[in-house]
Amino acid sequence: MADTARDPPPAHTDFQELEDGEDLFLEPAVIQESGPASLPAEDISANSNGPKQDSLFDDDPEDLFAEATEEVSLDSPEREVLLSDGPSPAITPITPPTSVITPRIGLAHDDMFTHSSFDEIEEEEGGDSFDMHISVSDPEKVGDGMNAYMAYKVTTKTSMSLFKTDEFSVKRRFSDFLGLHSKLASKYLHIGYIVPPAPEKSIVGMTKVKVGKEDQSSNEFVEKRRSALERYLMRTVKHPILLKDPDVLQFLESSELPRAVSTQALSSAGLLRMVNKAADAVNKMTIKMNESDAWFEEKQQHFENLDVQLRKLHASVESLVCHRKELSVNTAQFAKSAAMLGNSEDHTALSRALSQLAEVEEKIDQLHQDQANADFYLFSELLGDYVRLITAVKGVFDHRMKTWQKWQDSQLLLQKKREAEAKLQFTNKPDKLQQAKDEIKELEGKVQQGERDFEQISKTIRKEVSRFEKERVKDFKTIIIKYLESLVQTQQQLIKYWDAFLPEAKAIS
Amino acid sequence: MMEEVKEVTPTLSVHAHNIKVTEVLKEGDTLTFLIVSQKLSGTGEYHVDRTYDDFEWLQQHLFSQEDVPGIQGVIFPPLPAKAQVNASAKVMKQLGFLGLEEWQPYCKALENFVQQIAAHSILCKNKALEIFLTSPDPPGRQRVRKNIFNRLSQAVVEMRKESHKDVDEFFQTERDHNLVLTGCTKTATERFLDVVLTEQKIAVACGHFSAALHLCVEQGEDPDKQAFSKACVKLSEVFNSMKKNMTSVAENNVNTLGVGLDLESRYQEAEKEMLFRRTCKLVELETARRNAEKAKPVKKAAMEEVKKVAETEFDHICGVAKQEIAQFHGVRVKMLQQALVQWCEKQLLTAKENADQFDQHLQAFRGMA
Repeated sequence: MADTARDPPPAHTDFQELEDGEDLFLEPAVIQESGPASLPAEDISANSNGPKQDSLFDDDPEDLFAEATEEVSLDSPEREVLLSDGPSPAITPITPPTSVITPRIGLAHDDMFTHSSFDEIEEEEGGDSFDMHISVSDPEKVGDGMNAYMAYKVTTKTSMSLFKTDEFSVKRRFSDFLGLHSKLASKYLHIGYIVPPAPEKSIVGMTKVKVGKEDQSSNEFVEKRRSALERYLMRTVKHPILLKDPDVLQFLESSELPRAVSTQALSSAGLLRMVNKAADAVNKMTIKMNESDAWFEEKQQHFENLDVQLRKLHASVESLVCHRKELSVNTAQFAKSAAMLGNSEDHTALSRALSQLAEVEEKIDQLHQDQANADFYLFSELLGDYVRLITAVKGVFDHRMKTWQKWQDSQLLLQKKREAEAKLQFTNKPDKLQQAKDEIKELEGKVQQGERDFEQISKTIRKEVSRFEKERVKDFKTIIIKYLESLVQTQQQLIKYWDAFLPEAKAIS
Repeated sequence: MMEEVKEVTPTLSVHAHNIKVTEVLKEGDTLTFLIVSQKLSGTGEYHVDRTYDDFEWLQQHLFSQEDVPGIQGVIFPPLPAKAQVNASAKVMKQLGFLGLEEWQPYCKALENFVQQIAAHSILCKNKALEIFLTSPDPPGRQRVRKNIFNRLSQAVVEMRKESHKDVDEFFQTERDHNLVLTGCTKTATERFLDVVLTEQKIAVACGHFSAALHLCVEQGEDPDKQAFSKACVKLSEVFNSMKKNMTSVAENNVNTLGVGLDLESRYQEAEKEMLFRRTCKLVELETARRNAEKAKPVKKAAMEEVKKVAETEFDHICGVAKQEIAQFHGVRVKMLQQALVQWCEKQLLTAKENADQFDQHLQAFRGMA
């Protein structure tokens, strides 16, 4: 990276919210395949561009928390260590009793060390197997006019010791979910954790609901959203790290939640988000990373391909859902016309048979609707979820690149300072010399930190990707089985209907 | 060609009930149909090939039997609209079910047309039928003169006669009933066609999804990749099954209830035409009666003669019509029953087959997990 001299990017707080479907990160990352880092500063080893090629699980002897074995619970002192001070700009300043404050990004070393303790938490939890079910239900309209909103009941059923009770529920609104995601994203995305994206906003859909239009399309919208919120929460809590996040626990348990106003698209925070997103897109296009770790290159390509394929599948299923709905409409129309025909017919037995035919067709129509719902809620939404998830995955890969960039920039700056110091040796300015030496020491620390950060995020991403791939297979298999069950059931129903109709048809004569 | 009415011997030398349209061939833009019929005497078959024009020729000859008393009271077996290779959307819409499934239903409809003529006590005597079924050469594409049977030539003003009040309650009831039934049947047929067309679209969509899933198969030894690929391949098979399922369901719909409703619809129209002809005759008769009454002594005798002829014709028509109607009622109920039973049996069979297949897929999937 000897081309341009750049200052390291400022440590600003990014709110990488990916709740919208729009993705400015459209092009695949430009990664140059070259040999070792082209900045051979003295104390940087030649192959330091990637993580150590060892096992995914933490064997680092220098891990300070290797002895930590006690289970993390809600009130555990260890939990408090993970949080740092300072208010999070994402929340309106009413801090609840439990410390739910997000750490500022890019601060002291502490962050990285504490986050490496996540590895320990993850491994321990093998004992307490995942047993948790969240349901989002009872959508209820609160308020009137344009200030109205939908409140959803979030019920958690669990036997895990992380929670005080087995079953509890709270009321939440859509912006609460977005707020939760925003907090999780700001805490975890930049260190490589794949944070599940929240469901998308829909101004059109919500306006209909607000205005009080009680028709099928607004009911469908509410149901679609309810289902999406449920899937979102389940995905989030299935993540062993996110499950234990205090924001998540507060979301699930606490009866009062401060309103996350900065999730509104047109707020100042919203505008800040848009600006940051644009800046990131530009940055991303200009980062050329020397990827010496084939694993990352391969994975990035893999996710690019997967993205394309899933989008194709999604489009395909949407088409199928559309036709199914059309079939339902047509079947209902045919049923009506068959009924009219039956009424006009004066041959008694034929008339009765035709009326029966109309009834059978009505029932079949209902089957078509159920099947369309299965197509939609099982496949279409699953594929949509995964398309959005892959956006989050690509996001963490980008963060890794940025981390690398930061490290490289520190190295570059360090070298410059060293050169400057060397020059100063020959001048008689002891003050300046001392200043230079101090700066160099500070920068050396930064460079080391940068390297550690990079290695940590690389390690985390490897683990996350592995988990993601396993979850993906599980998810798809579960959905496919559910879908097949629905198909079998539909056919069984059809058989019943036809069996019942046959004697009626035979009785005509 | 005019045919004298022979009371006793039918002129048809083949069996009526097993006339078959066995094949349809595309020759450029034209469709040619192979018709096979069994000789009455001994064993032996007639194989002839005919185009749509030949069928029309036959129909025109039947229409033009002016010397057969009461011929206008006959419910003529309806000829389907002309089928074309690469037909326009309008033509396809008009053909409805008959345009689907590679012209198989169309062949059946033509077959039915010929069979009904051969089985009809009056129509089977027409020499044109014999020539149509047995002559090795196509009966000629000469255009037969137009006649009053061609509805299209009737002036719009004649349509008023359709609602002319009847003198006979039986016929008035029949006309009213026919009017309602024709409308209902047409609507039901069109809506059922919409159902079938959508089913076909779904089959295509399932096929696309199945193909798209194959693209998701990933190479590599990674166990997760392999598991996902396997799942995609299996799911692709499932959607292929769904495609076949939908295709079968649509086929069953077309071949049983679809063609049944189509035939019923066209026959209702044919009855409508007959009733209209009779009504027109009624109007003619009433006019003749009025004329005879009002006629000056000079013209009176002539007018009376006209009136007598009109009365005789009308009586003949009513006689034939009553028979035709009675027979029609019986035949159509039987036909619809058959269509409904076949439809139900086929769909039941398909549903059972599909249930089995989906169940197999389900078990296989559960075994995989």
